Amino acid sequence: MEPVIEARDLAMRFGEKTVFKNVSFDVRRGEIFVILGGSGCGKSTLLKLLIGLHRPSAGHARVLGEELGLLTGQPRRHALSRIGVMWQQGALLGSLNLIENVALPMEQHSALPPEARIALARAKLGLVGLGDAGSKLPSEISGGMLKRAGIARAMALDADILFLDEPSAGLDPVTSAGLDALIMSLSRETGTTFIVVTHELQSILAIGDRCIMLDKSAQGIIAEGDPKLLRDTATDPTVRAFFRREAR
Amino acid sequence: MTEPGRFSLTDGAAVFEGTLDITAAAAMWRQVMQAAPRAIDARKITRLDSAGAVLLLEAARLHNATLTPPEDATAGGVLARMQKALAAAPPIAQAPQPDPVTRLGLAVIAGGQGLIRRIAFLGEVTQGVANTFWRPWRLRRVEVLRHLDEAGTRGFGLCMLLGALLGVILSFQSSIPMRKFGAEIFIPQLVGISLLRELGPLMAAIILAGRSASAYAAELGTMRVNEEVDALSTMGVDTVQWLVLPRILAAVLVMPVLALVVNITGLLGMALVMGSLGFPAALVLAQLREWVDPGDLIGGLVKAAMFGLAIGLIGCRAGLRAGGGPRAVGDAATSAVVGSIIAVVVMDGVLAVIFFRMGW
Repeated sequence: MEPVIEARDLAMRFGEKTVFKNVSFDVRRGEIFVILGGSGCGKSTLLKLLIGLHRPSAGHARVLGEELGLLTGQPRRHALSRIGVMWQQGALLGSLNLIENVALPMEQHSALPPEARIALARAKLGLVGLGDAGSKLPSEISGGMLKRAGIARAMALDADILFLDEPSAGLDPVTSAGLDALIMSLSRETGTTFIVVTHELQSILAIGDRCIMLDKSAQGIIAEGDPKLLRDTATDPTVRAFFRREAR
Repeated sequence: MTEPGRFSLTDGAAVFEGTLDITAAAAMWRQVMQAAPRAIDARKITRLDSAGAVLLLEAARLHNATLTPPEDATAGGVLARMQKALAAAPPIAQAPQPDPVTRLGLAVIAGGQGLIRRIAFLGEVTQGVANTFWRPWRLRRVEVLRHLDEAGTRGFGLCMLLGALLGVILSFQSSIPMRKFGAEIFIPQLVGISLLRELGPLMAAIILAGRSASAYAAELGTMRVNEEVDALSTMGVDTVQWLVLPRILAAVLVMPVLALVVNITGLLGMALVMGSLGFPAALVLAQLREWVDPGDLIGGLVKAAMFGLAIGLIGCRAGLRAGGGPRAVGDAATSAVVGSIIAVVVMDGVLAVIFFRMGW
């Protein structure tokens, strides 16, 4: 199957500090790909690099055939309309209600009239189980609802790839499981590719088709493959400790 | 290559063909809605995205039309999924607007509740002051010094600039009519009294409101949004003593100094203008000594301290009552500045009447 993301020899340095180096992987269309690892290993930095917010210190990352960080003007707008990002805290605009937040990408990237944008935004919120919360402001809803609204906004334009940064962090187990179920059903029903950054073990095992594991001390990838297989067969002590929740 | 989406109207039925994606849906949305079809035939749609599906479903809902789904299984799946999603998200009904009498009543109640909260806050601060007199070591002196530095020393430059400009402007503007009567020699008296009694404290208060009241509100508002204020409360820390008193004390102490800086630089600006009009500095000083009383200066500085108290109170209260989200912090900062300036002007008017009645 064709890769929708190709990362080759990526390195990221902030001044003297190397976050990671020699990071290479492919993501195939339609899979749920998890970037995992402990705190501070560079998961979110790698995500920002993939979506073009950071430039790599070395190597390159192509998303749908394009290096997003190098694009400008109309090609960049077009490429951005094909991806969606859910930020760790939702990152919804506080002055807009949920419908307006979800309709914002439609306003930027389509010629849909306002009434169409509202109807489509309602439907997207309905998809994530927030159909009755469209008129609420972000400050009026819970953390789990914020994340679900963030997903609704990310998939406003039927993006080919959805990037989710820590979707289940800080949520109760029931809400977290609900979010995992939502991601899996969207992946199954829409064929969307998901890149999920997380360190929530249960989530990784529940949703991940494939994963890479970053490690702070190794400054790069220390494991790659099916998360369940890694849990059962990994020999690397760091990987084993992570998947078996052992203190090190 | 996918076939672009088309739509035609046949015997009141809207027939769709080809790819109905977001671009096609945007192009034909208004046409379809204006056509008001009685039936929607989507059988020949080969590709459908969520925007296209919503177009079909909304057209069917708004015109009570029957909808025949696409024969293509994938497109049919998209339609079914979006139908389920829209069913879970009914259109938002507009809340009925209350009539004018109800609105007036609600406004009066809100005003009353706001007044009660203000009085309660004043009570909390008074209690905090009393507690501080009882246990003075609990006052965070380092915080007082930090706020004195931020509100005071860092504001001196602005006070000097605005004070000097105020003195220059007042002198020039008053020299124009006074020259007609040969009364330019009285400019130091006019500028001196108006600066020391009114304009110096007022200008300093506006500077403090703009710089510090907004900073107090933003800082405390952010702490409230981040639940730091709640954390302090649950640790048994008196939030008024910890957060509010250092700021208010700094505002009260720094305001007379700022007013003094505005006064001095304003008088220097006036002396400069008088010099350009041919009046030596010694003559200007003699005029000031003769006409401007130390009481004018002291009255102005007392007034400045009272302005500082009001600005500190309003800034802190605006921050502590901030709601949730980044917008709340902005609203708190705006309300602190606007509230402070209104309070200062009202207080200035009231104090002017009181001072006049008392013969000061």
